[in-house]
Amino acid sequence: MKTRPSIGKGIASLIAAAVTVTLMLSPVVSAHAAQAYKVGAVFSVTGRASFLGDPEKKTALLLQEEINKKGGINGHPLKLIIYDDKGDSTQCVIAVRKLINRDKVCAIIGPSLSGLSLSVIPVVQKSKIPNVSCAASYKIVTKNPKTGEQWKWVFKTPQSDSMAVEAIYTHMKKHGISRIAITSVNTGYGASGRSELLRLAPRYGMTIVADEKYGPKDTDMTAQLTKIKGMSPQAIVNWSIGPTQVVVVRNWKELGMTNIKMYQSHGFGSRKNIKLAAGAAEGIYCPLGACNIAEILPANHPQKQVTMAYVKAYTEKYNEPVSSFGGHAWDALSLVVKALKAVGPDKAKIRDYLENIRGFVGQHGVFNFSPKDHNGLSKEAFRMVVVKKGDWALAD
Amino acid sequence: MIVFDNKKVKQWMNKDFSHLTGFGLCIFLLPLLGKWIPMLANYMDVMVYVGIYSIITMALCLLTGYAGQISLGHASFFGIGAYVSGVMTTRYGVNPWPCLMLGVAASATVALLIGGPSLKLKGHYLAMATMAFCIIITIIFNETATYTGGPDGLAFIPGISIMGHAVDSEVKYYYLVWSVVFLVLLFCLNIIRSRVGRALRSIHGSELAASAIGVNVARYKIYVFVFSAVLTSVAGSLYAHYLNFINPASFDLLVSIKFLIMIILGGMHSLWGAIFGAALVTLLSYEWLQYFEEAEVMVYGVIVLVIVIFLPHGLVSIPKRLKSIRAR
Amino acid sequence: MEHMTLASQLLQYIITGVTIGSIYAMVAIGFNIIYNVTEAINFAQGEFVMLGGLVMVFFRVTLKLPVLFSLPLTISVVMAVGILLDRIAIRPIRKPTVLSMVIATIGASFFIRGAAMFIWGKNPFDLPPFSGRNPITFLGAAIQPQSLWVLGFLVAVVIVLTIFFDRTIMGKALRACAVNPSASSLVGINVKYMILISFALSAAIGAIGGIVITPISLMEYDRGAMLAVKGFSACAVGGIGNFPGAVLGGILIGLIESLGAGLISSGYKDVFALLALLLILFVKPSGLLGSAEVSKIRKF
Repeated sequence: MKTRPSIGKGIASLIAAAVTVTLMLSPVVSAHAAQAYKVGAVFSVTGRASFLGDPEKKTALLLQEEINKKGGINGHPLKLIIYDDKGDSTQCVIAVRKLINRDKVCAIIGPSLSGLSLSVIPVVQKSKIPNVSCAASYKIVTKNPKTGEQWKWVFKTPQSDSMAVEAIYTHMKKHGISRIAITSVNTGYGASGRSELLRLAPRYGMTIVADEKYGPKDTDMTAQLTKIKGMSPQAIVNWSIGPTQVVVVRNWKELGMTNIKMYQSHGFGSRKNIKLAAGAAEGIYCPLGACNIAEILPANHPQKQVTMAYVKAYTEKYNEPVSSFGGHAWDALSLVVKALKAVGPDKAKIRDYLENIRGFVGQHGVFNFSPKDHNGLSKEAFRMVVVKKGDWALAD
Repeated sequence: MIVFDNKKVKQWMNKDFSHLTGFGLCIFLLPLLGKWIPMLANYMDVMVYVGIYSIITMALCLLTGYAGQISLGHASFFGIGAYVSGVMTTRYGVNPWPCLMLGVAASATVALLIGGPSLKLKGHYLAMATMAFCIIITIIFNETATYTGGPDGLAFIPGISIMGHAVDSEVKYYYLVWSVVFLVLLFCLNIIRSRVGRALRSIHGSELAASAIGVNVARYKIYVFVFSAVLTSVAGSLYAHYLNFINPASFDLLVSIKFLIMIILGGMHSLWGAIFGAALVTLLSYEWLQYFEEAEVMVYGVIVLVIVIFLPHGLVSIPKRLKSIRAR
Repeated sequence: MEHMTLASQLLQYIITGVTIGSIYAMVAIGFNIIYNVTEAINFAQGEFVMLGGLVMVFFRVTLKLPVLFSLPLTISVVMAVGILLDRIAIRPIRKPTVLSMVIATIGASFFIRGAAMFIWGKNPFDLPPFSGRNPITFLGAAIQPQSLWVLGFLVAVVIVLTIFFDRTIMGKALRACAVNPSASSLVGINVKYMILISFALSAAIGAIGGIVITPISLMEYDRGAMLAVKGFSACAVGGIGNFPGAVLGGILIGLIESLGAGLISSGYKDVFALLALLLILFVKPSGLLGSAEVSKIRKF
């Protein structure tokens, strides 16, 4: 006797649940513009990697607006579907599956973080959908490091960390530096830079005397720098992002270590950081892509026009200086749009077209893709820059 | 302490039995309904995670809801299970199933080591000790990069297969995970109705009183701690093989806190509450709140607050509350 | 510049450790004030520190008010947030248990963090230090003037709190609530009002922590959680509910971190501090200065 009403209650609650789910889902289905080309994007807009995802999302939206204002792609409006993975791998993979299965996009740009980009490779490979990542690690595109075989469906626009490291080491070698110390933040960003610094050091004859780390939310790096000061290296390479990269610079100045040259990663590439360092950033070197230094590029530089246009549009719309990372999203989305313009929304054709793009002038370099190279940049994509009088200047 | 009225026990059994059949039917039918209602099919992916988290919240329900011990360290057991499975399968090519067992053994050992001294602590001190443990484990995952891949994570973890059949689609994995959930639920329901369950509740009530009536408090606390760690580790292995990727951030202190929020919102004194809580938090953060974009964190905070304030006993207390409102 | 001698290196580590530790101590004191009255740990304590820093940035940098005005303004704004936290998140809970209060503060901390992200965005902000950026050299170690301010404010907070708890009626009432809430209400102390006061007070202390640390470490919307965890550890090391313990615990954690990073391994520096915490708890379960009695708490 007792059981029956309970089962009835169970079924009732099941129906209630189903109705709720249906109601919750209805907004997804309704948004459906006619004949729009749908491109998906997954960025870490909030959470621990928002310094990457935030400018990326803003840039992608800016570009979408510009393209649709000019009449779209061959008359088709561009519809960008952006999900925020919050820097979390689970949500990143869920978002990518959602883009493929529900939103039926024809290509995906992002994610922002190298680790998350690795996590979505199995999904995009299985679903056969072109993915242009905005994360740096060479592992994202390289299926087999020995043969150099590339993942069939995965591309990436940022320069590999190895290129930044090579640019730094080349500059050091030119200036007779061989004893260096490393400081890095213990997140994916810092760890991948650090491993490249360690890997390439012997090739450039660098001796690493100290290899120090700190957390992404640490308040002070004086202890790490004091230890380095005791080792008296010729230069320090710092690989971090967010507030810590500024605090390191300040501590370096306060400890009176300015005679030890300080090199930063390309993550330092925003004028915000120079300002936050409050005068301490003077004399800091870092490798930067063209879009960070658009203003000081010579007029005949191939990227001058493209980068100036982007920097102007971005600063006007969002009232903040550009960072390195928005440019990666610009490159990724522009490449996909170029492919869409040429071959339409067919996934396989987009992939084939992307693989053969040559001489594409982007924010971070001139891209030359090939079946053997799904990044398409060379180490010339980075230029060494020094902070002089509160602004970037090309370093010699 | 509790007088056993045969009729009452029978009622309990009947209630449980009908709930279980209803629940089993629901989870069995959900993917089938997906054929007619495409929206449900879209939910398969997220439902797998709901299942994985349900295993953990049920374990925590026993530990926190019944035995009254707060742990902020369960994300670590989740991580230990996932990392043992991930590292053994990718670096040494071991079959996933022995890895899962190995993860269980590792978690149980760690739980014994940390639980022994920690469980002597009371209240917030226990929370703090397990918190310290959780952060330490996250740092270890980060720093032993040669094995774990460091902060960038461990990618390309192979999928799982049962007797030669690869569990390679979302629906298949859904059935695998929810069968585990169902078994765990059955097992936990039995524990609660048994001597052990009563002993745990008596510990929650008062440790002094419990030991006065002959309950070996220390031993029971360790038992339930290790048991919950083992279940959490199994969930970790299932997670690693489903996502094919793990990184330390998926097992940090915030995740432990998320588990705690799940059981509180669901109702920590009930296993059903544990499942509801896991479902609510997972669906909110992976699906429903996406429409709020950057205001998501704020909305989530408000929802947590509203439930804690108006439903202090969690979602499972809704029918009771409704009844009491109607009675007024 | 030559090799730094080991002695001056050690001194440098100690200075750094004490500076960071002072902030942890302030967070821990904030935890204690609320804990003593409610027996709950307020997970939003770190958000008070974050708000202190960012609200100060608003008054000091955006509105360009002098320190003398912006400091009390900031503290009162954050105190108001503390009062609202009690009014909106804690007091309305039906049948509050310790755990439900803890979860309520966690929910509130999500909300505060989200709101801060909305107001200030995701970028870090800087504050000008109170007295210049030129470090003072002392026996080969560099001391930032702001470090002295941090230490000075910690001392001031401790003195003011001591006077408050020992000499004022309200302070004594708060202490009575800490010892026995139901007995206090019997002698006519309004316990709910005291909870409100405790939230306002610990918000103010959190705000001071944020104000003095921002010139050193910058501040952004999601810094609070890390500070809460560190303050939490400091609290446990010293003994929950014990004010001298909070100061001792905070400075101890800061020193272990800094010395561990400098002398052993910076990758594992947090592990050293946490192992010390575990060790202390396992040897003396009520913290260094806590009494066994305090560690008895209500049911969850």
